[in-house]
Amino acid sequence: MTKRIEIDIKVPNQTKYLGMIGRIGESLAYSLKGFQGNRRELAYHLNVVLTEALANVMCHANKYDPDKDVKVSISASDHDLIIRVYDQGQGFDIKTLSKLRAKTTDEGGRGIQLIFKLMDQVEYLREGNHNVLEMKKLLT
Amino acid sequence: MQLNMTEQGDIVQISVQEERMDAHNSGDLKEQMLQLFDEGKCNLIVDLSAVRFIDSSGLGALVSGFKNASAREGNLKLCCLQPQVRSMFELTRLHRVFEIFTTNEEATSSF
Repeated sequence: MTKRIEIDIKVPNQTKYLGMIGRIGESLAYSLKGFQGNRRELAYHLNVVLTEALANVMCHANKYDPDKDVKVSISASDHDLIIRVYDQGQGFDIKTLSKLRAKTTDEGGRGIQLIFKLMDQVEYLREGNHNVLEMKKLLT
Repeated sequence: MQLNMTEQGDIVQISVQEERMDAHNSGDLKEQMLQLFDEGKCNLIVDLSAVRFIDSSGLGALVSGFKNASAREGNLKLCCLQPQVRSMFELTRLHRVFEIFTTNEEATSSF
């Protein structure tokens, strides 16, 4: 049985790091040797999901404060991939957000919807003094 | 964000010279378009040929430009989308909002 890949990342709360984190997600997709699906599509989707989740923390939970940090952990096997993004903001009601649909002329509101569309399971949990957005993708 | 702009008659073509359009740089495009609208330039083509990745912030900036152009009786059209960028418009159904052209020439002649 192949061991899981575990990646822990902490970056300053600055949007210039979004590209770097997205590329880590893409690289991970190409390193999952047992994945039989469309690897290029998976890579792009992981880039999108990581970018959206981190931007949400940087802009909303951390309110663009450059002195704060954002933590992400990624755990992957050939069967599934779990991304956890941590924040210490006020939190939000993910059930309500998951039901909202951005109108075609809305400028915002598509980020969390994209996450729901591209991942198989999405939860927002309170753990100790922080919140965790946990996103799971089945790979088999 | 690096943007190249060219004018042809009353049409302004904005060529986005970035691999990514995300929350880090999309505000620049939005600001640039607002400046053009203030100058009375309301017919825009955004060339995305160099863009490999777009997120909801990038899409939002384009929706902002589209709404502002329409409110001024102009239009904002898109051209030269890479397949994965186009897939993001389809996922969010924005391909039904924008006129999207394969080439710059087609976009220009559609005005």
